[in-house]
Amino acid sequence: MQTNENILTKNIWSLLQEVTDPEVPVLTIIDLGIVRDVKINKAGAENEIEVVITPTYSGCPAMDVIRMNIRMVLLEHGFKNVQITTILSPAWTTDWMSDAGKEKLKAYGIAPPNPKQQVCNTQLFAEDEAVQCPHCNSYNTRRISEFGSTACKSLFQCNDCHEPFDYFKCY
Amino acid sequence: MTKEIIYNYTLHLADNALILAQRNSEWCGHGPILEQDIAITNISLDLIGQARSLYQYAAEGCEGATEDTLAYLRDVRAYKNCLLVEQPNGDWAQTILRQFFFSTYQYFLYQRLQQSADATLAAIAEKSLKEVTYHVRWSSEWVIRLGDGTGESHNRMLNALDELWAFTGELFTPAGYEMEAVKLGIGVDVNEIKGEWEQRVNEIFAEATLPSPTTEGVWMQAGGKTGVHTEHMGFILAEMQSMQRAYPGCEW
Repeated sequence: MQTNENILTKNIWSLLQEVTDPEVPVLTIIDLGIVRDVKINKAGAENEIEVVITPTYSGCPAMDVIRMNIRMVLLEHGFKNVQITTILSPAWTTDWMSDAGKEKLKAYGIAPPNPKQQVCNTQLFAEDEAVQCPHCNSYNTRRISEFGSTACKSLFQCNDCHEPFDYFKCY
Repeated sequence: MTKEIIYNYTLHLADNALILAQRNSEWCGHGPILEQDIAITNISLDLIGQARSLYQYAAEGCEGATEDTLAYLRDVRAYKNCLLVEQPNGDWAQTILRQFFFSTYQYFLYQRLQQSADATLAAIAEKSLKEVTYHVRWSSEWVIRLGDGTGESHNRMLNALDELWAFTGELFTPAGYEMEAVKLGIGVDVNEIKGEWEQRVNEIFAEATLPSPTTEGVWMQAGGKTGVHTEHMGFILAEMQSMQRAYPGCEW
């Protein structure tokens, strides 16, 4: 049923497509899967818009900026009464990244998280599922460092085209 | 009473994360190679994030407190971190071994804390565990690489073991608030994870050709969890808190 509330909620979801990750600007927060819910709370004359988000990594400095940008975008469209709630459980996972988001990441030069690989375990010197080079598509690549330029990435190099690249690691 | 136990227990977890993060961040720009400089500071960032979640929760249980007042305006005796995390960085071997001991401890602790009766602590544990898993893997690999590396790196690991081993006993000696938290179903009984921790340490040490450490005849240091710290703690806070002390309430 198309109630006013449904239409409003849909509207908010599409507005949130305008908010991008400040560190990976090709990804929207919807692509990343960090928006978990949009609620319309009845609060007197003006409804309160509640946006429920979950952080990618605990220490990700982008989260504060994202919170501010959500508020700004909604304010620009006339929504003044905005509540942003952060939840930690269930914990964010790269499984929640949209296929469109993965395509955009690759086009941007960052290898998207592998679909099959499970989240990190404590197994040592584990052979990761082969990561595809975002530049030449070769699977003949190697990990240079478990940790990269931001919390969510690790460093790889392609053995064929020799380009170093970032890999958005599984979480 | 319950409120106070949750507050103290949460602060203890937060202080552990923050102080180790602060120590690791001293490596920023000084790591042995660029990739590992980035790795150790990334681990710092994860720990700071975990500490923030915990301080925000602790602040809810203390009138007038915020995550910032808890991190920046408490003095040495109010800090409840274990002594291990405040030990100096030393050389790379010492930093690696400290990280390995602590991450392995945190890994088993958070695994159990996910079942805490306190929903917020359980959620923080669930989230943090994913990050700690990377820390365990990375630091374990480095213990093996250094222990089973050259004569020089092997000796440095032996030296690191001498420096740090006496601070590991405290991890498994619960403070009063930890025992209370266990009774309430909120906290983890650290005695329960001791066996798993020792087993993991022995496995990695065997692989690293390092001698299996023994607790027999070793005087284990303790006190950090109840605010009695080593001489290093005051210097850490002096550096970490100087901005907030000089310019109270400053933001950037």
